[in-house]
Amino acid sequence: MDFILQPWPWYVAGPLITLVMFLLFYFGKKFGVSSNLETICAIGGAGKLVDFFKFDWRKNSWNLLFIIGVVIGGFITYQWLTPSEVVAINTQTIQDLSELGFQNAGNQYLPDEIFSTEAMFSVKGFLILLVAGMLVGFGSRYAGGCTSGHGIVGLSNLELPSLLAVVGFFIGGLIMTWILLPIIF
Amino acid sequence: MKNIKFLFVGILFGIILSKAEVISWYRIYEMFKFQSFHMYGVIGSAVALGVILVYFFKKGIIKTYFGTQIAIDPKKKGFARNMLGGIIFGLGWALGGACPGPMFILLGRGAVAIIIVIIGALLGALLYHAAKSKLPH
Repeated sequence: MDFILQPWPWYVAGPLITLVMFLLFYFGKKFGVSSNLETICAIGGAGKLVDFFKFDWRKNSWNLLFIIGVVIGGFITYQWLTPSEVVAINTQTIQDLSELGFQNAGNQYLPDEIFSTEAMFSVKGFLILLVAGMLVGFGSRYAGGCTSGHGIVGLSNLELPSLLAVVGFFIGGLIMTWILLPIIF
Repeated sequence: MKNIKFLFVGILFGIILSKAEVISWYRIYEMFKFQSFHMYGVIGSAVALGVILVYFFKKGIIKTYFGTQIAIDPKKKGFARNMLGGIIFGLGWALGGACPGPMFILLGRGAVAIIIVIIGALLGALLYHAAKSKLPH
């Protein structure tokens, strides 16, 4: 039990993610989280605005159940499987973040500077959260996949489009982390 | 209710990413700063094993539950869509510290602010399909 309660190392988590991909293949489906964004838009009536969303979302109901499971998995882990939220990040990372104005980096999963109720209800904080989401939603559908569909399945299938997308993920991530975050914070 | 199994696979995925701290904003920042092997190890080992798994599936050595051989639809080709879409995604991933899966895990953990990120992601998907005829692919 103690092992389950500790943070899981990469060599446990990585193979388990492959197991998730295996289970979905085994049941005849393809792992991909971001297509749920389109399904949820379609359910919400986005077909009235953009014709694309007039597809029959019921064919994706397996993936919606998957994403509901993901929410439940988060809840279970939070309630019973995470005695400590301390994330053991590199001390250099903590120092770099402190220079950006992030206090107590790694003391919990999410920084208060972005995710606290106070930050959420400030104009700047609200915009950071909204824009971050919009970039992820727009980019993942433009590229046709996110970390799961391109990063895990596409790369495992040795697909060139996925390699391009993952290189793109990193270019964008590096620009944000090294150039834009120091401007924003 | 034959689809109920996918709920359980989702629960498993939610627990794995949560326990591996992949859902932590700090882990994403640390990854893009090249200050830890953790995230590279998670994604790298998943893909390394995934390559073998997909090979076995495509060769028909592993068959699906229905006894059929899987066909993986290839991703759409095109430099602009994959590179530009990827870069836009990466900007958001590093800013919000969450890709689509972790957004929903954080929702399950009761992180209220993630609701705004999820609404943003839905808006982003909507905007893409509204604008896609004008974009290079």
